[in-house]
Parts: sequence; structure tokens; C-alpha cells
Amino acid sequence: MFAVIRDLYRNDKRFAFGFTVLAFFVIIAFVSRFAPYDMRAWNTVPRDLRPSLQHPLGTNSIGQDIMWKAMAAIKNSLLLGVIAAAISRVIAIVVGLLSGYKGGLFDRVVMVLTDSFIIIPLFPILILIATILRSSLNMVVLGIVIGLFGWAWDARLFRSQILSLKEREFTRTAVFSGLKTFKIVTTEHLPYIVPLVMATTINNVIWVIGMEVTLSMLGLSNLNTPTIGTMIYWALQYQAIFLERWNWILTPVIICVVLILALYMLSTSISEYLDPRTRLQMIRKR
Amino acid sequence: MLKKYYIPRLIQYFTVVFIGLTLVFVIPRLLPSNPVESQLSRMMAQGQYLDPAAIEQIRETLQQLYGLEGGMFQQYISYFKRLFTGDLGPSFTQFPTPVMTLIKQSLPWTVGLLLVSLTISWLIGTILGGIRVSFPHSRLARLIELVIMGVRPIPYYIVALVLLILFAFLVPVFPMAGGYSMGVKIGFNARFILSLLRHAFLPVLSMVIIEIGGWFLQMRNVASNIIEEDYVVYAEASGLPKAKIVFMYIMRNAIIPQITGFALNLGFIFGGALITEIVFAYPGMGYLLYSAILAGDYNLIMGINVFSIIGVSTAMLVVDLVYPLLDPRVRYS
Repeated sequence: MFAVIRDLYRNDKRFAFGFTVLAFFVIIAFVSRFAPYDMRAWNTVPRDLRPSLQHPLGTNSIGQDIMWKAMAAIKNSLLLGVIAAAISRVIAIVVGLLSGYKGGLFDRVVMVLTDSFIIIPLFPILILIATILRSSLNMVVLGIVIGLFGWAWDARLFRSQILSLKEREFTRTAVFSGLKTFKIVTTEHLPYIVPLVMATTINNVIWVIGMEVTLSMLGLSNLNTPTIGTMIYWALQYQAIFLERWNWILTPVIICVVLILALYMLSTSISEYLDPRTRLQMIRKR
Repeated sequence: MLKKYYIPRLIQYFTVVFIGLTLVFVIPRLLPSNPVESQLSRMMAQGQYLDPAAIEQIRETLQQLYGLEGGMFQQYISYFKRLFTGDLGPSFTQFPTPVMTLIKQSLPWTVGLLLVSLTISWLIGTILGGIRVSFPHSRLARLIELVIMGVRPIPYYIVALVLLILFAFLVPVFPMAGGYSMGVKIGFNARFILSLLRHAFLPVLSMVIIEIGGWFLQMRNVASNIIEEDYVVYAEASGLPKAKIVFMYIMRNAIIPQITGFALNLGFIFGGALITEIVFAYPGMGYLLYSAILAGDYNLIMGINVFSIIGVSTAMLVVDLVYPLLDPRVRYS
């Protein structure tokens, strides 16, 4: 595992970039615990200061230090991404594996359901849920809600992977040598699925972060919790663009873009590594 | 053909619509907070004094409006009955205008925005993807790939916001909001069309920028398999002009999965269109949705949900039904 990461880090610039940036953000997320101010409270520092030594990114119009707020936002957005991705991963894996192994009528019914979740536009439905839940919408609930809707595409992916694994020679060998189904799934097939799960997890985190930004900007989350989305929301509420408070509005926008690009590069790098054809090319280049 | 292709598609269509509409019915009833009560508390929070009898009356009226009276199953039946007659109930903020009327007003804007941006991004993405595969050693093609793929994962909202800051505020070439200028009469005249184009430019651009990526990626993947096929090698060996090979041999065959992609991505792109409209205050369904959120107009949000589910799945059905005309393999199987 570590050898793979080291190899990718050395040989793939995209992986190196993505990994470094993500590691940096994770460190920031931990450091944000030591914030000198309460990030939910308003007017803890003087308002509308330009960047200075004391406030490296300045302060905003509701009296918060932008640097510390951004750090807390990174922590919360990453956390939300992990919660929602974890939930949707569990559903996607269970649905994909069951449907792939059981087959038959069960498979057909489940796949119709899955296809519906792929086709139905989820954004308005998420808005419907968020509107009703608005008052009780904390990070965990939001994570669960987004997680419950982001599994369909990946469940299909896992299922197709299982369908092909089922037909491989080594599966038959395992069956004929008397291994129990459960054992075959966990020891023989899971190692094939794990890298795919990792790549789709990263993609899912990207989707979740984007969804959070969108919902928050509509005012549909707990607006006191600092996240990338709520930072943008407050900046827009106080007309940061017209007042040219670029340090306020651009900080979350740039963080969002950099974070998503880093995650995206990680996921493409991993999925290219998974593809035997491109892996061969990488070996040849060395 | 009819039995193997059309009937399963139709069954799928009805199941998707049915599941989607059921979701819209079930979600508000599963969630802990009650739309009627939150509407009431919103009214009270605005400082209106209401005596208990009046509150009770309002509660009853609201329940009737939202279709919340009677048992769960009864509600479910009457929900579908109302949908079949095209009755989505009245809008709460613009009472008593029916939700249907509001949606009808904004639907053309969304459909127009979607169609234009879809067509442009599909064309550009498909052509660029084909060219990228056909000229694997070109520096320019690689640069284009890098840019397109780098922009793809960024959320619609962020791209739209950045474009708005850049081209409507810092360099004010395009208007910040709206579908056409104030004081221009809607009609078929040069001033209106010009104003329409100017206002639609940034929303369309922001959608095209993100969507190109998907088409490009898929085209690249499909075409890179085709390029190794015998008939392409043969065409190259027999010295056909490169343009003919690229367009007639590679792209023509790679285009069919692109059309399937059209259908599958529709739901996602539709959501993107809604977000784009909200950022640019474009008077379509997205903006209607936004005003409904701000006002807590629950009926309108429900109506938009119903419409988007039916609209997207119907569009998908149409793509599926046209598909055999384009793919001879489906036609003759």
C-alpha cells in the first residue's frame, strides 16, 4: 500500500500535486482546532480590515478573522465530504455486491431502482429536503442526506465489476476447492474492488463538496457553521463583490477550486494506475 | 424490435417517473418537520397576531392545500389524481396563482438555456475529443485536454460565480442578471433578440465550460478504441485524406455512445442549469426555485420537483426512441 503511494508520488506529477495539497489541507484542518476565536461568533475582531500581520487574510464585515475562518471551513467541508462519502459508499457497495452476486429478479428490481436514482434530477430533491429540514440541518444530518443520494452510479460500477469477477477462472477454482461464498467475496474479490472504491470515493467527495457549496449558497444549511459554502454565502450577503472585498470572497472560491482540483488529480491518477494498459506505459517510460 | 427495444424502454420510463414522483410524495412525510407547522410559525414570526381559532382554521386550509388531509394511502391516491389533471396546487407566496402557471412562464427559458448549452458543449466536446485521439502527438491537442479536464470537476456554482465576477463586474461586458434588458418588449424584433443573446451569453458559457469535459472524455475513450480497429488502419494504409478518416471513420463510429451519454447526463446537467440560473438571476425554473426557497413556498418547490422528474425522464425517453434511427446495429438486431 505504502509502496504504491510512494511509486505514484515519484512517477506521477498529478498524484504528487494532489497528495501534497490534500495533506496540506488535512494539516490545516487539524490546526484549525487551535483557533484563537470562536468561529461561530460574530464581531470577535474589528471589521473589514485589510490583510496585515495580525490578520494575514484580513477580517470580514461580520467581524471574523478570514484566515482562521477559512481553516475551520476546510475542516468542516472535508469532514462533510468524508461523512457523506462514507454513507454513500456503504450503500453503493452493499447494493452493488448483492445485486452482482444474487442476480435474477432481485438484481433486475434493484437495478431499475438504481437507474431511477441516476436519471432523476437530484438537485431539486435535495433542495426539497433541505427546505423542510432547514432548522435542524447540522453537518451530520446534511452529510447523511447527501450521502443517501450519491450512491447510484457507483453501485452500478461495483456491480459490473462483480459480474466480471464472477466469471474469472480463479473464482471457479475457489468454488471448486470448497471455499464458502463469504470467504470468496472477502478474500478473493474484495482486493479487486478496494482500489475502485478508493477512486470513486474521491470523486464522491468532490461531488459532496460541490453540493454543499451550492446548498449553502442558497442559504439551505446551518449558516453559522463555517464551511466553504457558508463563507461564500456570507460574503455574497454582504455584497463583497460590489464592495471589492476580494480577500473575503476569493478566499473560499480559491480554496474550493484548489481542493477540488487536488482531489480530482488524485482520483484520475489512481484510476489510471488501475487501468493495466496505462500502467504498462508507465513501466515502459521508466 | 418493438418487443425487445421499445417496450422495455417504455416500462423503464414509467417506473422512473413513478419512483421519482413517489420520492417527492414520501420525502416531506418522512421528515420530522411538518411544512404546515413551519409555515404557521413563519407567519407568527412575522409578528401577525392570530387568535387560536384563526390559527386552527389556517392550519386546516393549509393541510387541504398541501393535500395533507386523510390517511397516508388516501393522500397518495389523491396526489396522483391531482397530478394527472395537471393540478399542482396554488403557489403560496403568489396566492392564488397556480404553480402550473408559474412553471409554464419560466419553462421556456430553462429549456432554451439547456438546449443551446447542450448542443454547443456536445458539438465542441465531441469534435475536440475526436481530434485529440486522431492527433495523439500534437502539443496543442494535449494543452486543450489539460485545460478541459482541469475545469471539469469544478462545481457549476463556482464557475458561474467566477465568470460573473470577471465579465460582469471587473470587465463589465455582459449584464449581471436577468433574461433581457428592462424596457425591451418581448417579441420578434432585433432589439429584443440582441438583448436576449447578451443576457444568455454568460450563463451558456458557464455551462458549456463544464459540460465540454464530459463529452470530451467519453469521446476520447471511445475513439481511442476505434482508432485501433482494422478498418481505420486500412483507411490509413490506402492513403485516404486525414480529414475523411477523422470525421467519417473515427468520429462517425464513436458518436453513438455520445448519444447515450446525452440521455444519462441529462439529470445532472439539468441540476446544473438550475444552479446557473440562480447565479445569473436568469428567469427560468432555477430562479423560480430560488425565489421559492427564499419565500419557503413549499408547494412551488414540490411542483418544480415533479416537473423536473417528468421533464428529464421524458427527454431521456425521446433520446432512447430516436436511438435506433442512428445506430444500425440496434435497428437490425
